[in-house]
Amino acid sequence: MDRIARFGRFWLNALERTGRAHLFLARMLGALPSLLVRFPLLVRQLYATGVMTLSIVLVSGLFVGMVLALQGFNLLEGFGAESALGQAVALTLVRELGPVVTGLLFAGRAGSAMTAEIGLMKATEQLSGLEMMAVDPFRRVYAPRFFAGFLALPMLAAMFSAVGVYGGYLVGVEVLGVDAGAYWANMQSSVAFMEDVGKGLIKACVFGFVVSWIAVFEGADCIPTSEGVSSATTRTVVYSSLAVLGLDFVLTAIMF
Amino acid sequence: MSSTTDSSESQDASLVRISDLHYSRGAKPIFRGLDFAVPRGQVTTILGPSGTGKTTLLKMIGGQLKPSKGSITVDGKNVAKLGRRDLYALRKRMGMLFQSGALLTDLSVFDNVAFPLREHTDLPESLISHLVLMRLHAVGLRGASELYPAELSGGMARRAALARALVFDPMMIMYDEPFTGQDPISMGVLLTLIRTVNQALGLTSLMVSHDLAEALSISDYVVIISEGVVVEAGTPDELHNSDSAWTQQFLSGSPDGPVPFQLSAPDYAEQLLAGVSR
Amino acid sequence: MNSRAIEILVGIFMLLFLAAMLVLAMRVSNLTGIGSGAGYSLVAHYDNIGGLKEGAPVAASGVRVGQVESIAYIPDDYSARVSLRIDGEFEGAFPEDTTASIYTAGLLGEQYVGLEAGAEDDALADGDEITLTQSAIVLERLIGQVLFSQSGSQ
Repeated sequence: MDRIARFGRFWLNALERTGRAHLFLARMLGALPSLLVRFPLLVRQLYATGVMTLSIVLVSGLFVGMVLALQGFNLLEGFGAESALGQAVALTLVRELGPVVTGLLFAGRAGSAMTAEIGLMKATEQLSGLEMMAVDPFRRVYAPRFFAGFLALPMLAAMFSAVGVYGGYLVGVEVLGVDAGAYWANMQSSVAFMEDVGKGLIKACVFGFVVSWIAVFEGADCIPTSEGVSSATTRTVVYSSLAVLGLDFVLTAIMF
Repeated sequence: MSSTTDSSESQDASLVRISDLHYSRGAKPIFRGLDFAVPRGQVTTILGPSGTGKTTLLKMIGGQLKPSKGSITVDGKNVAKLGRRDLYALRKRMGMLFQSGALLTDLSVFDNVAFPLREHTDLPESLISHLVLMRLHAVGLRGASELYPAELSGGMARRAALARALVFDPMMIMYDEPFTGQDPISMGVLLTLIRTVNQALGLTSLMVSHDLAEALSISDYVVIISEGVVVEAGTPDELHNSDSAWTQQFLSGSPDGPVPFQLSAPDYAEQLLAGVSR
Repeated sequence: MNSRAIEILVGIFMLLFLAAMLVLAMRVSNLTGIGSGAGYSLVAHYDNIGGLKEGAPVAASGVRVGQVESIAYIPDDYSARVSLRIDGEFEGAFPEDTTASIYTAGLLGEQYVGLEAGAEDDALADGDEITLTQSAIVLERLIGQVLFSQSGSQ
């Protein structure tokens, strides 16, 4: 009996939290127009989310591209189709790995930082302080972070894919000896801008939306103690990673 | 009590009036019919044991929490009934000093104090600089204007936060446990500041505290709350002469009295025996 | 970190993003080619196009001269209608008896359309149909034919 009650309570809590998260999202979206007036806030958060994640994204993109070329070459060589290496690397990057790996890296680097920062602001009463100064934290704190994250992730995903394609070129052409012309020409003939690049970026936009939402909400909703902040940070990384992988499947099924 | 919302009431002697306030956190009742008023232009202190919801009370006066029953009126306005715009307008006239200071960590002291002005006004930068330096000078931190909150001591952070709370010339200012964890010198500085600020600017000060001696030394009026109700209210002298056993226990700080040392628990001998048989 | 430095770094970030988009558009995909309107189009009908896709290259003597613009199934004569967009610089380069065959690059590679020029004097113009076509070679059918002919000869 007790177990059933606990099960019920678990779902009720989950439902309540989901409801709160949606109300939170609605208020955040309501605060977006005020961001146009306070552009510097957005720039600052683009720095904190985008620029700070840039190096890890570029390095990862390069290595993922290189590994794809290595694996792809071994596989394609068996069929005598090494010339298709460019298209294999580019399609994998642009459709899947670009958005997904960037989403995961973003959750780990920028998402967790967002949650920790907001959680600490809550624990140190800075958020209460803002409210008591008649400053709406949604406009001042949450919306700029959310929107910056939403913008930054697709940008980072595009850079990841672009760098990855050159990583693949480096290994495939310079090291393994695939013909450079074949690498690029095959890629160009099989990658369509709207179909592949565009849909990959749509994925990245969805991931940016969800990861930033989770990160900001977890920060604002955390228990304002050091324990509460740390568990909220962990939750951000876990939930956003799961959300990215789950949504990737759904989006792939719908779009491709 | 519904007449408290009349605008004529705002001219009376009390700035904040709390009537029949009920509030509970989860199943635990915090306030069970709290009733008192904060006189204008004086330093009022709310005293009470830890965990009586003193900070909660300040948040309710600031409109961050809503009472489950009863009302809080500030300057004639029922706080819980205000729309967001009116509430924000009211908050601009209240200052609040949080326990930790609640300075924004990514801004310098100067920018922290300037923050409310920049958020709410379009004043030219030269005027803002004037106003900010004036407030910083008043709390003795003009020399620290370029420091960041992490570089300040706890006492300095509270003083900087006081400067920020004062920058809009509020009608009242609330202090949440201003003396906790202060060394004697910064405690003395804060005491003097609270007193002089109250007199010099003619504002109403409301302080919650459990530092008895310090609080009593600068208060004009004291309200003692316990278990969700007002136990006693009056001037510090009246309290010292109170014949309530509870008040005397609280003022003298003796471990046993009407407030028992032991929380209510099953019979000790019985519990020990039960533990053996288990 | 003062706000000026942050603004500059965010600006650089934006430029990097634009550069990445440029790479994805020009180098990785064929945005420049599709729907650019330049050049002229030819039509060819096939019984079977195999795995030919829109955007696949059109080559003459192995040199890329255009790409597949659209593919449609025509129920009237049970054939596939493939529209080829040839780059403008090859205007008038292909005689009327040009053959358009579907080839595979490598054993399992991308399929493309190969043009082999004929000997006529009149050149194909915009909207003309290439009448000489050769469908894609479907691997299964080829294997089937080989097996069939071998069993027949025994």
